[in-house]
Amino acid sequence: MDRLHRAIKDVHRLDDLAARDTWLNRLGPLPKLLAVALYLAVTLSFGRYQLSGVLGMGLWPLLVLELADFAPADALRAFAPAAALLAVVGLCNLPFDRAVLLHAGPLAVTGGMLSLGVLLAKGLFCFLAVWVLIASTGMEAVCAALQQLHFPRVLTTTILLIYRYIILLLQEGNRLATAYALRAPGQKGIHFRAWGSLLGQLLLRSIDRAQLVYESMQLRGFAGTFPLGPKKHGGWLFLAVTVGYCAVFRAVPVFELVGQLL
Amino acid sequence: MSNSGPILAMRDLLFCYKDHAVPVLQGVTLSIAPGERVGLVGCNGVGKSTLLKLLVGILSMQQGTLEVSGLAMQRENLASIRRKVGYIFQDSDSQLFMPTVAADVAFAAQNYGYPPEEVAARTRRALQQVHIEDCADRPVYRLSGGQKKLASIAGILTLDPELILMDEPSAALDPKNRRNLIEILRSLPCAMLIASHDLDFIYDTCTRVVLLHEGSVAADGPSERILQDGDLLARCDLELPLRFQRG
Repeated sequence: MDRLHRAIKDVHRLDDLAARDTWLNRLGPLPKLLAVALYLAVTLSFGRYQLSGVLGMGLWPLLVLELADFAPADALRAFAPAAALLAVVGLCNLPFDRAVLLHAGPLAVTGGMLSLGVLLAKGLFCFLAVWVLIASTGMEAVCAALQQLHFPRVLTTTILLIYRYIILLLQEGNRLATAYALRAPGQKGIHFRAWGSLLGQLLLRSIDRAQLVYESMQLRGFAGTFPLGPKKHGGWLFLAVTVGYCAVFRAVPVFELVGQLL
Repeated sequence: MSNSGPILAMRDLLFCYKDHAVPVLQGVTLSIAPGERVGLVGCNGVGKSTLLKLLVGILSMQQGTLEVSGLAMQRENLASIRRKVGYIFQDSDSQLFMPTVAADVAFAAQNYGYPPEEVAARTRRALQQVHIEDCADRPVYRLSGGQKKLASIAGILTLDPELILMDEPSAALDPKNRRNLIEILRSLPCAMLIASHDLDFIYDTCTRVVLLHEGSVAADGPSERILQDGDLLARCDLELPLRFQRG
């Protein structure tokens, strides 16, 4: 129950952050989207052993988080489930990639260990970049920017509907879990015998709610595409800085150079 | 108002849910004049919400004729009818789905293709009509129950509806919000059909009452007469409004 409640709050927190009035929020969504897309492409282009290069890319999201006055804890908490998944994937590779690539003091670092670090770092930085984009722009504005890039409307509408359906599903799940917990005092979690009926209830109730929301949209003229609000302009300097940053950190091994200087 | 005839005219309407043997509504005939405020009352399950859904084409009747603002209820007229008729759901949480109040209120006007300046002006005016202009930029989930109800109403006022349909508008409102809603509804110039169990609320907002019983219209007349007729209400499994029970 607490977890569902926290998940709902996390989604609402993203909406709250997107409604703030910071320099990053004031930028147009299109340059921000392009900047993040470029950043993702460059970060993901590093090889599986290029840890120092990937670590260099980490400065960008951390700087943006700091300058736009985001609490890193918000983003890191949202990253936790994805981190666990990435860690499992990376750990699976450990037994297969045992070639020692370098020594860190007495520790022999194998290819598997290095690729695990690279995978986690890439995952973290890419997640932070996307989180910053959504938390400073809002899902509607991101979809508006996608439409400016001539993404199919059906795709952007589907993204927005899924985003709303997730909240609705979480709300219904939270109601069911609360009703269960209140009538099962002292019980930890939900008994497996109740899983089937609760899941069925969750499905039916969330479909009912989704149907009502859809009817409400239809009655107000919804004909398959979401009207996206007024466009914001500006942000091209932000894109230019990001392009420069990505070019420098992709072409020049900055961390290695700094290490050699030290 | 765009025409001098009734804003709503239905005759011998019949509706039966799939797999149900007995029709929910049968032989319902009703007419509403422009600007008229009509209360739709009846006990649970009598078909009040079903009737409202038929009037905006969410459900389709099996028999009878139905005209809204001179337009026959047909698929090709549905968009025009929905532009003239606003529907307020019982559960505001299901009606409000955009992230902020202003975005939700602007939704209909944007969908109908008004230019951005016109959308902004209509949104501002609708929020002022229900006195929640200070909530414009607030996320919907931060509103109280009363504010959500008003935001739902603002969301349909942007299109200047000729008829507003409301399903249990006073449900879950505290006395102050309920009184506020009554004042706001009284100030709106459009016709209304308000389905409710709250007979005091109906008495305060509507000049005419349509009483449904066993799927048909059991009575149709001035609120003062019908809502003070204890025998009639009792026959339809209802009770007198509280104000008439006290004394």
